[in-house]
Order: sequence, then structure tokens, then C-alpha cells
Amino acid sequence: MKDKNYKNIKIPVIILMLFCFLILSCDDKKSDGNETHKVSALKNSSKKPEKTNEYAVEAPPFSDGIFPCTDCHKSFPPNPVKRELVKWHDDISAIFNHDKENRWCLDCHDVNNRDSLKLASGKLLDFKESYKLCGQCHGEKLRDWKVGVHGKRTGEWNGKREYLLCVHCHNPHSPKFKELKPEPPPMRQIDIK
Amino acid sequence: MKKENSRRIFLKNLSLATFSALALSGCNMKKVDEFLQKNFRTLTKKEVDDLIKNLVIEYKEKYHKDFHLSAKPALEETLFGYALDLSRCIGCRRCVYACVKENNQSRNPQIHWIQVLQMEKEKGIDFAYSTVQYNPETVPDKDHFYVPIGCQQCRNPQCIKVCPAKATWQEPDGIVVIDYNWCIGCRYCMAACPYGARHFNWGEPNVPAEEINTEMHYLGNRPRMKGVVEKCTFCVQRTREGKYPACVEICPVGARKFGNLLDPESEVRYILANKRVLVLKQELNTQPKFYYFFGI
Ligand code: HEC
Ligand code: HEC
Ligand code: HEC
Ligand code: HEC
Repeated sequence: MKDKNYKNIKIPVIILMLFCFLILSCDDKKSDGNETHKVSALKNSSKKPEKTNEYAVEAPPFSDGIFPCTDCHKSFPPNPVKRELVKWHDDISAIFNHDKENRWCLDCHDVNNRDSLKLASGKLLDFKESYKLCGQCHGEKLRDWKVGVHGKRTGEWNGKREYLLCVHCHNPHSPKFKELKPEPPPMRQIDIK
Repeated sequence: MKKENSRRIFLKNLSLATFSALALSGCNMKKVDEFLQKNFRTLTKKEVDDLIKNLVIEYKEKYHKDFHLSAKPALEETLFGYALDLSRCIGCRRCVYACVKENNQSRNPQIHWIQVLQMEKEKGIDFAYSTVQYNPETVPDKDHFYVPIGCQQCRNPQCIKVCPAKATWQEPDGIVVIDYNWCIGCRYCMAACPYGARHFNWGEPNVPAEEINTEMHYLGNRPRMKGVVEKCTFCVQRTREGKYPACVEICPVGARKFGNLLDPESEVRYILANKRVLVLKQELNTQPKFYYFFGI
């Protein structure tokens, strides 16, 4: 009789033990199992490309067909007088709102070479370097921009990156960031079936 | 003695019968395989490869598309960190929908991994005076600021501690991930998360085949099932390939920054060193790797 009872218990106990064993063997082992194909994060980082003064930027956001400006401007003499523009660029004149009292087109654009920007020093500047122009007056922003904190870089977090120029986000003639229409709000919890 | 013997034989035959019945109905067998699958972290390379192969076949049957399902492990010398500029964010919600698309979140029932909270400038960061339902013609509103919230990728994650199935854990690169095949749907992790960052599939998730993102990671944006929990993984399928998370890429104001906390040259490290930084609910000692800062 005793013997029989013992037998009855034995099978469930063994199953239980097997089960516990299975569960235990499932955890704990760290993910090291598949670390044979380790990849280094810094492998494709382009060893600090920005030691020079130049930054890889996305193409300046010109309106279609407007550049080179000289295509049109070579056909008439420049007019350095500060004024409302009516014959052309009246759209720019109308929105111009960048320290308007004290500033005028030719503080930033060169009077003789419309295909270049111009620093206060008189030095000419390619449109790809317009951030230097802005940096004359917004030095702190430029500093943060260089390290990717103000503005935005695209590309890879550990590799090649390009900067968005200031003018990709700020119209240089009316620099306040434009308001946007928001995407729709989430469904209310009670409306979710 | 004889009696007992016959019962034993009966039981033996019974189990044999059920097993062969299961085996005969092929589709069920896959489910059994799935059920018996080991925890992802204990699988050998070969087992992972087989698992991936089978899942790709399964997804192809369902969505009629070719998928690339990665199981790429963490990069060496990498600890991912995130920083979000509260003085820049305008609450446009572009990130919410970029995330839904990239990560194959269910459209209906709707799941959003990112919630954008509108808060009152007068009150500061106060959840009691926040809403996700704001919907003006344009943003930003002059009296409000915006705090997008997703998984905070804590160094000390409460969610993984409470999981009875060990279905969620922190990877060596700091990303807290979930193995959907192991998740038993108990939702303890959701209760433990102070940020509401985890979401449960109450219904069968639904992503239109024409919108599904076929670039996937096993621990990331692969299709989920009804009854499992999901959340932000820092776009593991992108970031382990060197790309920025989808929310960083879409952000029109450049408020979202992402990089390697172990790299002193990364923008996140610059921010930690030079800007005013905060983490949400610091008093809970969750130690997020998701920082909020004021770029000004
Ligand atoms: C603060 C400096 C600044 C001032 C002042 C300024 N501009 Fe500009 N402007 C720029 C910069 C920088 C760009 C280049 C934008 C780009 O890269 O697309 C530009 C671009 C332009 C363009 C090309 C726009 C397009 O649609 O692609 C025109 C035309 C122009 N400026 C005319 C003017 C006129 C006219 C004025 C005076 C009313 C003026 N600018 C004042 C900086 C300035
Ligand atoms: C299709 C012809 C055309 C093109 C292209 C054009 N401009 Fe002009 N621009 C004009 C005319 C015409 C005026 C004079 C407008 C007036 O007096 O009302 C003018 C005036 C200006 C002025 C004011 C100073 C001046 O000399 O009158 C600036 C600055 C200027 N243009 C910059 C630019 C820049 C920068 C570009 C290229 C990005 C550009 N323009 C392209 C036709 C053009
Ligand atoms: C010569 C000095 C000068 C240069 C060059 C300059 N800015 Fe400004 N900027 C100002 C001043 C002054 C103000 C404040 C104007 C105001 O509040 O009306 C200002 C304001 C701004 C603002 C804030 C606008 C707002 O309303 O919030 C932005 C953004 C801006 N600038 C961007 C730029 C960019 C981009 C460039 C380069 C294309 C640039 N600035 C070049 C002087 C400059
Ligand atoms: C990715 C887009 C983006 C780029 C690129 C960018 N900015 Fe801004 N900038 C913003 C936003 C968004 C704001 C906040 C505007 C607001 O709240 O209305 C801002 C604000 C500013 C302000 C106003 C002060 C402030 O902090 O609110 C200045 C000045 C400015 N930017 C200058 C620059 C300059 C200079 C550059 C280039 C060196 C630049 N920005 C590049 C998006 C950008």
C-alpha cells in the first residue's frame, strides 16, 4: 500500500521538477550569446570633419529659377538707395521684417555681385555659407548651430551629417519661425473600440 | 496492479493522440513551436536565424510584401541618449505620426507611442494643467508650451523589474525592449511605468498593407499581436544602422537630438554640459536617458 502511494506521487513530482528546470534555464543568460557579430559604433564616424571653417550643408532653398541673380541683374544698374521695391521683389519688400528700421537689402546682399552675400567687413560670401552672415549678429545661435543643438543636422548620428542652413527654417527677410497647422489630436480613450 | 497499468496505458495513448492530432494540423504546430520558443536572449545564432526566417514568411503571407527583419545586436561602446528642446518644440505633432508610420503602430484601434502634452506657461511643467487634445488652427499658442512624452529609456527601469515573464529588458546600448512573443499581456509593466509610455493591444492591431514599414527589427517595429505591450525603442531598427530615429528626422524645428552618451562629441553630451537640463519625475529615481532642455 505504502509503495503504491509513493509511485503515484513520483510522476507528478518529476514533471514539476522538469518544468522548474525548464523555466530556470530560460532566464539569466545575458544576450552575450549573439555578440559574435559585434559592430563598433564609431567605425564609420568620419573622424571629426568640422575642424575647418566650412560645414557640409544642404543646398540653399532658392525659389525656382531665381539663381543666378546676375542673369537678370546684369541688364540694369544697381540702385543702392533704401526704398520700397515695386518693380520687382515687391513680395520681399512687403514682408521685410528683420530689424527693418536699421537694415536694408544691401547690408546682406552685395551691391555689385548679386550672386554673393556680404559680411559687414565687406567680405563676399557664398550662399552656402549664409550662416556666417547670420552669425555676425546671432553669435550664440551660431555656436549652438555648429554643434548641432540649434537647428538640425541630417544624415547619421555616428557618421556623415549635413546641416540645415538658418535660412531653411528662417526666412532671412522675415525670420520669425512660421506657425504650423498641427496634426490631429489622438482619439479619446473612450472612443477607441 | 493490472488496473493501474491499464490506466497508465490509457493516459499514454491519450497524450500521444493529442500530440499527433496537433502535429497533423500543421498550422497549430507553428503555434506550438512559437509557444515553446525560448527567451530571445538565450537563443543561439542559428535559432535566431530560423525564427527570423519563419516570421518573414508569416508576414509575407499576411501583407504580401517582402520584409527585412533584423536582429542586429547593440553596437559596441554605445549608450543611446535623447534630448528635447522645450524652448523650440511648437507642438505640431509631426513626430507622433512619423513614429506611428515608422513603427507600424496600429491605426485602429489607435496606438500612439508619443503623446504631446500642452502645458500652460504660467504653471510650468505641471501634469495637472496639461492636455493632449489641444487643436488650434496653428501652433504654437502664445500662452502654452509643449512637452512630447514617450518611453524615457530609464537606466533604472521599473517596468522590466515587474515583468514576471522576463519579456522586457534593457539592452547593452540602453534601449529597453520587449519580446512580443514572450509578453503574456499581464500589463504589470504598464502599471509600473510612471510615464504612461507603454501601450497595450486590446484589439487585433491593424496596419494597412500599403502603409506597413518593411524595414524591421525583431525587438522593434515588427507587427505586434493582440494582447501584447509595446512602446518606443528609440527606433532600434534605424539607430543600430546609424540612422536617426524617425521623430528626430521629421521634427521641423530641430527640437529633437539623439546620439551616443559615451561619445563626448555628441550633441547630447554638449547639451548635458552646457544647457539647463531636466528629466521628468526625477524624484522617482528612474534615471531617464531622455532629457529635456532649454536651448533658448
Ligand atoms: C539679414 C540679411 C538679409 C537682408 C537684410 C536681405 N536679404 Fe535677401 N537674402 C538673404 C539671404 C541669406 C538669402 C539666401 C536665402 C537662401 O539661401 O535661399 C536671401 C535671399 C534673397 C533672394 C532670393 C529669394 C528666393 O526666393 O530664393 C532675394 C530675391 C533677396 N534675398 C532679395 C532681397 C531684397 C530685395 C532685400 C531688401 C528688401 C533683401 N533681400 C534683404 C539675406 C538678406
Ligand atoms: C527677373 C529679374 C530679377 C532677378 C532674377 C533678381 N532680381 Fe533683384 N531686382 C530686380 C529688379 C527689377 C530690381 C529693382 C526693383 C525696384 O527698383 O523696384 C531688383 C532689385 C534688387 C535689390 C535692391 C537693390 C537694387 O539694386 O535695386 C536687391 C538687393 C536684389 N534685387 C537682390 C536680388 C538677389 C539676391 C537675387 C537673386 C537671389 C535677385 N535680386 C534676382 C530684378 C531681379
Ligand atoms: C546685422 C545684424 C543681423 C544679421 C546679419 C541677422 N540678424 Fe537676425 N536679427 C537681428 C536683430 C536686430 C533682430 C531683432 C529684430 C526684432 O526683434 O525686430 C533679429 C531677429 C532675428 C530673429 C528673431 C525673429 C523673431 O521675431 O522672433 C531670427 C530668427 C533671426 N534674426 C534670424 C536671422 C538669420 C537666419 C539671419 C541670417 C540670414 C540673421 N538673423 C541675420 C539682427 C541681425
Ligand atoms: C531646424 C530649423 C532651424 C534652423 C536650421 C535654425 N533655427 Fe533658429 N529657430 C528655430 C526655431 C523653431 C526657433 C524658435 C522660434 C519660435 O519659437 O518662434 C528659432 C529661434 C531663433 C532665434 C530667436 C531667438 C530664440 O531663441 O527664440 C534666432 C535669433 C535664431 N533662431 C537664429 C538662428 C540662426 C542664426 C540659425 C543658423 C545659424 C538658425 N536659427 C537655424 C529653428 C531653426
